[in-house]
Amino acid sequence: MPYICHNKDDITQMLDDIGIKSIDDLFTNIPAEIRCDNLNIDSGKDEMQTSLYIKNIAAKNASNIKNFAGGGAYHHYIPSAVWQIASRGEFYTSYTPYQAECSQGTLQTIYEFQSMICALTAMDVSNASLYDGASATAEAVLMAKRINKKNKNSKKVLIPQALNPAYINVIKTTIQNQGFEIELLNYNEKTGTTISPQDNQADDVFALIIPQPNYFGNLEDIDNLTNWAHQNNIIVIAVVNPISLAILKPPAKWGESGADITTGEAQSLGVPLSSGGPYLGFLACKKEFIRQMPGRIVGQTTDEYGKIGYVLTLQAREQHIRRSKATSNICTNQGLMATAATIFLSLLGEDGMIKLAQQNWQQSHQLQQILQQNKYIKILWNAPFFNEFVIQIDDVITVDDLIKSVSNHNIVMGIKLENNYPNLKNCLLITATEMTTCDDMRILSDTINENIKTLC
Amino acid sequence: MLINQYHQNQPIKYPKIKDLPRQYARDGVIGLPNISEPQVVRHYTRLSVKNFSIDGNFYPLGSCTMKYNPKVCHSLASLPEFADIHPQTPENLSQGTLEILYNLQEDLKQITNMDAVSLAPAAGSQGELAGCLIIKKYFADKNETIRTQIIIPDAAHGTNPASAKMAGFDVIQIPTCENGDLKLDDLKQAISEKTAAIMLTNPSTLGLFEPNIIEISKTIHAAGALLYYDGANLNAIMGKTNPAIMGFDIIHTNLHKTFATPHGGGGPGAGPIAVCAKLKDYLPNPVIIKKDGEYHKADNKNSIGKLTANFGNVGVLIRAYIYIKLCGNEGLKRVSEIAVLNANYLKTKLEQAGFDIFQPKKLCSHEFIISFNKLKKETGVTAFDIAKRLLDYNIHPPTVYFPSLVPECFLIEPTETESKQELDNFVEIMIKINEEAQNNPDLLKNAPNNLKLKRLDELKAAKELNLRF
Amino acid sequence: MVPTDLLYNKSHEWIQINDNDEATIGISHHAAELLGDIVFIELPSLDDEVKIEDDIAVIESVKTASDLYAPLSGKIIAVNQKLEDNPETINEDPYGEGWIMKIKINNKDEVDDLLKSAEYQASIEED
Repeated sequence: MPYICHNKDDITQMLDDIGIKSIDDLFTNIPAEIRCDNLNIDSGKDEMQTSLYIKNIAAKNASNIKNFAGGGAYHHYIPSAVWQIASRGEFYTSYTPYQAECSQGTLQTIYEFQSMICALTAMDVSNASLYDGASATAEAVLMAKRINKKNKNSKKVLIPQALNPAYINVIKTTIQNQGFEIELLNYNEKTGTTISPQDNQADDVFALIIPQPNYFGNLEDIDNLTNWAHQNNIIVIAVVNPISLAILKPPAKWGESGADITTGEAQSLGVPLSSGGPYLGFLACKKEFIRQMPGRIVGQTTDEYGKIGYVLTLQAREQHIRRSKATSNICTNQGLMATAATIFLSLLGEDGMIKLAQQNWQQSHQLQQILQQNKYIKILWNAPFFNEFVIQIDDVITVDDLIKSVSNHNIVMGIKLENNYPNLKNCLLITATEMTTCDDMRILSDTINENIKTLC
Repeated sequence: MLINQYHQNQPIKYPKIKDLPRQYARDGVIGLPNISEPQVVRHYTRLSVKNFSIDGNFYPLGSCTMKYNPKVCHSLASLPEFADIHPQTPENLSQGTLEILYNLQEDLKQITNMDAVSLAPAAGSQGELAGCLIIKKYFADKNETIRTQIIIPDAAHGTNPASAKMAGFDVIQIPTCENGDLKLDDLKQAISEKTAAIMLTNPSTLGLFEPNIIEISKTIHAAGALLYYDGANLNAIMGKTNPAIMGFDIIHTNLHKTFATPHGGGGPGAGPIAVCAKLKDYLPNPVIIKKDGEYHKADNKNSIGKLTANFGNVGVLIRAYIYIKLCGNEGLKRVSEIAVLNANYLKTKLEQAGFDIFQPKKLCSHEFIISFNKLKKETGVTAFDIAKRLLDYNIHPPTVYFPSLVPECFLIEPTETESKQELDNFVEIMIKINEEAQNNPDLLKNAPNNLKLKRLDELKAAKELNLRF
Repeated sequence: MVPTDLLYNKSHEWIQINDNDEATIGISHHAAELLGDIVFIELPSLDDEVKIEDDIAVIESVKTASDLYAPLSGKIIAVNQKLEDNPETINEDPYGEGWIMKIKINNKDEVDDLLKSAEYQASIEED
């Protein structure tokens, strides 16, 4: 079913007009030695058969999972209006708004997206989005290198170990041939927050990343970290959770002069979990750094009659013009995801976002209280936290065994930390959102108990 | 009107959270809109209809493969069984998604004839970056770090040089002949012990199949370097030839082009890469493997690493897989046949109507170039003006001014999902616009005339930066 | 016609040789025309040591961005800060108020390789 409209007569007529006899004649410019005549895949099926086949496979995924995993991707409620509008063909099947006059829907929506990201972060300007939080953070590191004129020859970026380890990996991949070094900042094992760096750690450093909350859910001492960096002419990259920003101090207000660049993952704003993508990275910064920002940017302007309209602007930074000298190789943004997030933020609005952030705070604290009463579980830290926290499981059982046996009850327990943090033996990162009911929390605790009892 | 310009509701004063210490807490308002759902729905519905889209318009945007996106792909990928899976879900609870990803890897292997596939790159440009990082690492492992250069034709997509640079390579640009072929002599001169790879699109961005591809690949391989294939134009060759047989070592494909996943107003895309056997262990992590009937994520030890926090754009990958299942073996072959038929038909019709075709004697692939240079000299009307006039006829203009080798050009890619009637209609409109250019050039210079907005002031946008409300 | 009292290079920059081995640098009227409306310039940092043909500044118009290459080796001793707020001055007065930077020359031999006004005029007519 290749979705082709031609009938036989059309094809005959078209070949005739071109002046050739057969479809095969269209491909005579491909040398014979490199021709093939088959793709070696299955034959196509119609929509109904395909639908049944795919639904059959879908059924092999568990449904109605109780999910306690977060770590950068969160199970939030998505209002029905979000995807009913985002899926409209006009949004779904258009492309990059190069022709501004026939793309005002997409352009204005992105302008509103940029505005709302600025509102949440309190930063001056935002781009039109990037692939995900991790790649946005990697782009921010490259950007920080370009804008740090004071420590011009510096080569190091300071990254807390308490930054999402997947982000650290993506940064490593992205900068591996740029001649930079990564220096990891340890976290305090008593508090689960980053140990403040000493002045002698500032040598040769161009950027410091500050996650808020950090990967463990804990709140970092953002003001002091920011001030320390700025005293040492180091660019501050904030990595934040957009929902938390409804109640947490926005990066532009950190310390004396605020973060310089802010990035994060906006999947939580109306984008489905979908096994990890497509998600929605964002990147905002102080106005003075805008020309070093990667990715697309939309600006407001007017037509010749003074009517307001929107265009892609500052395109001279981008790969299609600057080629090898572009600020980044990135071409698309995550347009459809940004559209969904913009509708999501509009639907919830000021009130809804504060309420949502408070619910997430409360639900995760309630889960912590419930698990605190479980004799097999130790709450590792008592720092203020958002959305998630770390638990240690009694060593009568291994985390792997527990995750496995609990998963048989359609429960995703959380994220095992030992692989990335060898010191955090038998530890799990546990998350609750507004979707996590009190029943779910009790079921989790009870299931843990039962499984440990049966297994040990 | 902007979303913040509606009459806003008074914000509710929520009590502060008791146990949130002040030093971490937000003061003051956020500045988000505060309106009701019906207003939000009407606002974005009204905005949506200001877009041209494939669903509503002929959209022959060259190099972008704007084909019909089957509705069923979206419905199925949105099933809660797929949509609600957290990336850290244990494999025993997500076998369905893993099975689809595994099958897609296998199908892409067949379609491209390459030896191994990674679905991790979130877009074509990320696929290119991954490919360049693989090249870098491969030569580092062979102790050939002297290979610091990547050769790229001047007609290439801008992402190619930008990706090569990001991976730490120097870019050597080589020119294209007047007939659109790569300049072999310049290529041979550019090759040295420093050459790591060449990045090519074939058919090229000029819509022409590179006739010397066999010699090019032999020459590059003889120099110990690798060939990278930008799969942007895969829609032109499926079942007719493939990157492996042409001699390519690494390729990326753009699922949002060839495999009909939505362009979404600019993303999300997906840019899986495929490699020959010797580069298999360098693929970005993770890859999906099948063992004893079960599917698992696995990491390559020698991998270039991770590209996104989780596993690329799974939702897009599922849509592409469904599209491949719908089309199947014969269907995908038909896709390329009709894409090339449509392009050649449109090219012939426009040529007969007197338009200046780049290389009119040659067969084109799935896209072709026309130039308005002569028209500009005669009437002052530019390719840009004609693009804006097409908007008045409800047609999304082709790609303008790319590739830059042909002055005042359109790159036209009709795709296979357009009917003959739609193509004939386009030809008629182009003839009409051409007449207008001769008789009433101001009509074109002032276009669009029928849209809600006239041309927008890009200079003002860039000078008086207004990027948020 | 291009001003006859200046020197030029192939990347459309003009160079005025002043006393004390100092040179003032800008871009030609022809270059400004090619770029179109200039919206931004990224100036080099004061006291930077530059080698001939290093890229030292970026000039950005609506549609493109173009590097400025050092026409001579030396040290940056002045930049035209006024351009940061009014980059369009380069379009309006490329040989006067639109000057971009001054360099202290450290290799006088390089001056001999620059184009005379007639040579530069001929080269742009060829284009």
